[in-house]
Amino acid sequence: MDPEARTVVEVGYGGNERLIMNMGPQHPSAHGVFRAILTLEGETIAGVDAVIGYLHRCHEKLGETLTYVQYPSIASKTDYVAAMTSELAYVAAVEKVGKIDVPRRAQYLRVLVAELQRIASHCLWLGTWCLDLGGALGGGATVFLYTMRERETILDLFEALTGARLLYGFHQVGGVRYDLPAGWGERCRTTLELVDRRIDEYEAMLDDNAFFRVRTQGVGMISQELALEVGLSGPLIRGSGVGYDVRRAEPYSGYEDFDFKIPVETAGDCYARYRVRMQEFRQSMAIVRQVLDGLPEGPIGSRPGVKSVGQVRIAKGEGYARVEGARGEVGCYLISDGSPKPYRMKWRGASFSNLAILPHILTGHKVADVVAIMGSVDPVFGEVDR
Amino acid sequence: MTLAGNLLAAFILLNAIIVVVTYITLLERKFAARMQSRIGPYYVGWPHGWLQPIADALKLMLKEDVVPTPADRWVYNLAPLVFLVPCLLIFATIPFAPGLGLADLNIGVLFFLAVSALEIVGLFMGGWGSNNKYALLSAMRAVNQIISYDLPFIFAALVPVVLTGSMQMSAIVAAQQGLFGWFIFYPVIGQLAFLAFVVATLAAENRVPFDILEAESELVAGFRVEYSGMKFALIQLGEYAHMLGTSFLGALLFLGGWLGPGDGWLGPLWFLLKAVLVFLLVTWVRWSFVRIRVDQILGISWKLLLPATVLLLLATGFVVALGHGHGP
Repeated sequence: MDPEARTVVEVGYGGNERLIMNMGPQHPSAHGVFRAILTLEGETIAGVDAVIGYLHRCHEKLGETLTYVQYPSIASKTDYVAAMTSELAYVAAVEKVGKIDVPRRAQYLRVLVAELQRIASHCLWLGTWCLDLGGALGGGATVFLYTMRERETILDLFEALTGARLLYGFHQVGGVRYDLPAGWGERCRTTLELVDRRIDEYEAMLDDNAFFRVRTQGVGMISQELALEVGLSGPLIRGSGVGYDVRRAEPYSGYEDFDFKIPVETAGDCYARYRVRMQEFRQSMAIVRQVLDGLPEGPIGSRPGVKSVGQVRIAKGEGYARVEGARGEVGCYLISDGSPKPYRMKWRGASFSNLAILPHILTGHKVADVVAIMGSVDPVFGEVDR
Repeated sequence: MTLAGNLLAAFILLNAIIVVVTYITLLERKFAARMQSRIGPYYVGWPHGWLQPIADALKLMLKEDVVPTPADRWVYNLAPLVFLVPCLLIFATIPFAPGLGLADLNIGVLFFLAVSALEIVGLFMGGWGSNNKYALLSAMRAVNQIISYDLPFIFAALVPVVLTGSMQMSAIVAAQQGLFGWFIFYPVIGQLAFLAFVVATLAAENRVPFDILEAESELVAGFRVEYSGMKFALIQLGEYAHMLGTSFLGALLFLGGWLGPGDGWLGPLWFLLKAVLVFLLVTWVRWSFVRIRVDQILGISWKLLLPATVLLLLATGFVVALGHGHGP
């Protein structure tokens, strides 16, 4: 045998019964670029060493070199699956530090796109999770293709509104950039009806499915104490019994005007998080309908149209704004020094904090549960690595 | 028949099986595509992808044969052959019409079940010889699973044998004459046995929901991961041939084989149709469900399916002893 190959085999097989197996960064279910070095005893995980940083693109440095006008288009690339909420976090921080008002119509439009984005992001989550659970050549692919079909209808709405399907550049300091085109409201309602019917189908397919339940119930238990201690947010913490949602805790952008429930489940396993997200689909659709019904007339931005990249200057100050993204609390901390560019910008990525739960819950589970748990944590590595 | 005659018959059968297996992959892809609201292969051999399987086979033949450096050469290279040969050999025992079979042994069912289990050796050789942790893990899981599910598979397949009183395949079909004579229509026992047979087939073939062998999202193609080109083609051929073989067995044991309305020469066509029906049933399940974990799979086998099939076989024996068998 090749002497180099012999060393590889010896290092891996340790001597005792433990096997060190590497999952990722190129892996069909790594949800992006994520490396987990698993120490296995047979089929059970004895330890996990998570390695991140494969998607680091220096967002925080970019925030210092790009102006307040230029950066919102780049902000969408952190959580690229739910781009609207990422942009919203940044412009909300700028507006908070600069004490800039946002007109009512713009606030409602922001809520509208944020909730539509949440629906689209959860469509992707469900599809990719079932793909991981069920195999790229199996039932998982079926669910994936169905949810992608729904996501496409929502992305068509976004394309009509902003011209882009994934990374929008919709938010601007002081308001939004585009107004609704003619007939968009009707189209949106039709799309929501379609998505509503299809979500019913998915619930019927998966809720009582014995295979699905046996893979997700009791798997990845996060107790309430652990969730609060590690600092989770979003559906992870709401699946463990803590009813914390930034839209209720610290309402922003007009959320206090809307009537919606915060779904909370107490079981703390993957199935509970699945139920939370399925109910969030419905709540988001309710909010979108309320926005369309009550959209006021008015300007869509409190600042004049963009003529130059340096035209937004805010006074010295610092502040932190947070929004409820599809994955949890997305925050942006900004320090400005009076120039058109921030002095320092820091992203709080929801997935970064959520991934901290992995060493606590993965040990003791089987290898197959890693994908179930990763899927229910639903990380997006743009947010994690920034 | 003379030796030359036998060799010619074997050659013809082998080619026919390989062509059918190749086109059954196309059928599966189209079927799966329609389930997922898309079309499937379309442009190659326009308008419905008729040349797609040929194109895939050609592509695989033209690929570079890569052997990983740390691989155990002999084991690695022989594994696809050891996997393929039993999967093709099982077709020798299946009669496609009364008298139209290569070797209609009087222990036909036993031979089929025994030889089809030999593929495990090839599978494990592939996993071991690849010198790849993912492949080894997957091969170990697969051996575990196939061994666990072969027992219920055999017991479920034995129910028609007990009802007939013979292991010869043509005798089993002959015992299913009549309008509702097929064993699937046999009250209670027939349906339960068919159900157990389908579940055990899913597991023995590594089809979702029991496809931990492949588990693309975890182990990235399992024991096949280091194979490319023609060796991969042989493994795929073996898998689908085995799948088709067990579908033929299911159609023969439970759905009456070549029996059907019309002339005698329509028999093989009916047989093919019924085998494709069983195949599509398995495919339908495959593309509808998520997979379950390996310990849950083994739990289902040992704690549920095996006791159930043993009881079923005992019940069948009891029924036959009371004189209700379709004996000779």
